Amino acid sequence: MPSSSVSWAAKVFAVTRKDIMAEFRTRYAINSILMFALVTLTVISVALGISTPDSDLMAALFWVILFFAAMSGLAQIFIREEESGTALILKLSTDGLVIFFGKLIFNLLLLAILSILIVPLFIILLKVNPQNWTIFLIGLVLGDIGLAGATTIIAAIVAKATVKGTLFTVLSFPILLPLLLAVIEITKVAFGGGGFGDISLSLQVLIPYDVVMITISVMLFDFVWRQ
Amino acid sequence: MLKLEIDKLAKWFGPRKIFEDINLNLEFGQSAAIIGPNGSGKTTLLRLIMGLSYPTSGNIIFSENGNKLDFEQYRKKMALVSPYLSLYDALTGFENLQFFAKVDGRLKSRDEFESLLNKVGLAGRGDDFVGAYSTGMKQRLKYAVALLKEPTIFLIDEPSANLDESGKQIVWELIRSRKENSILIIATNEKEEYSLAEQFCKLGS
Repeated sequence: MPSSSVSWAAKVFAVTRKDIMAEFRTRYAINSILMFALVTLTVISVALGISTPDSDLMAALFWVILFFAAMSGLAQIFIREEESGTALILKLSTDGLVIFFGKLIFNLLLLAILSILIVPLFIILLKVNPQNWTIFLIGLVLGDIGLAGATTIIAAIVAKATVKGTLFTVLSFPILLPLLLAVIEITKVAFGGGGFGDISLSLQVLIPYDVVMITISVMLFDFVWRQ
Repeated sequence: MLKLEIDKLAKWFGPRKIFEDINLNLEFGQSAAIIGPNGSGKTTLLRLIMGLSYPTSGNIIFSENGNKLDFEQYRKKMALVSPYLSLYDALTGFENLQFFAKVDGRLKSRDEFESLLNKVGLAGRGDDFVGAYSTGMKQRLKYAVALLKEPTIFLIDEPSANLDESGKQIVWELIRSRKENSILIIATNEKEEYSLAEQFCKLGS
């Protein structure tokens, strides 16, 4: 069949599917992400005991857990390609944007699994309940998109470095800081029972952040990936 | 007509010269062998030709009917087989073929994959995980993945590395069959392999 018979989206999903299959068989990233999240949640739950901190602290704790759990696993998406020597053939097999979006979708799926696991555990173990679920979910979805967008390009940058893990977290933190501040604010409002008026400023930061981060990643990826 | 022109190419890593003044002109249907002792820069030259590294000076130009091709255009025509290139251990032979066919925009049937595996001597091993393959079997699968692309620019680094005698015969036959349908570049020090090429690029002299 001619090459035009496979759409661009089908190529992207082929990359995501390959990563899902490899991850399902090796559990390279998901184990470290889930273990980190579970251990941190348990430690915080035990440390807090029966006390119930205010919504400001709970919102910050929620995103600290999500941020560091994500840091422990999301970089694997490119590190694994470099360390196993498959990056070279991947570079020659398809164009950079197919790889970027394939990996971005995979990281989004990992974050979705992480969020689905963390949210109920956080609510049960830390005895906190979002008063406004719509705002909470908006913050979570936009936060996950920004987190995945930023970490995917950063993972591609650090994949060739010697001290990948440390560099990934160090590089990610300043880039993700505006995102974290905005989502913590939104989550705080959701936990405290505020309305949409209270999160408009944070949304004005968060939505452009996600758009800009993915746009910049698309523009830079080919250069980063080919080096 | 597809052409490759390498003009006064030089590569330095810091103060260390790898090679300089490399010139090579190849047209579709022609082949060249890059020869030279270990560390003379054969693999580095292949990486430069692949567009995955930049030369210190000089030019590498792929063109077709007089029009210069950019990386994306010649990447689609290019395949590489090399000992340092790896396939996905966590996938089976078929899954690897299926993945590389799909991301390259080709829909192929299982029978076509089966026929490719037959061609490289891996008949009946398509459902095994690549992680369970021997290094020789992995090398054979790399040829199957390369052939999927029907490459018109075919780069082979150490063609018979890790292969047994039957594997070598398969690969040499494959090189002979691809020679007329591609620009073929082989990096090797094996006489049986470089004698398959018409031009030579000697490094480290």
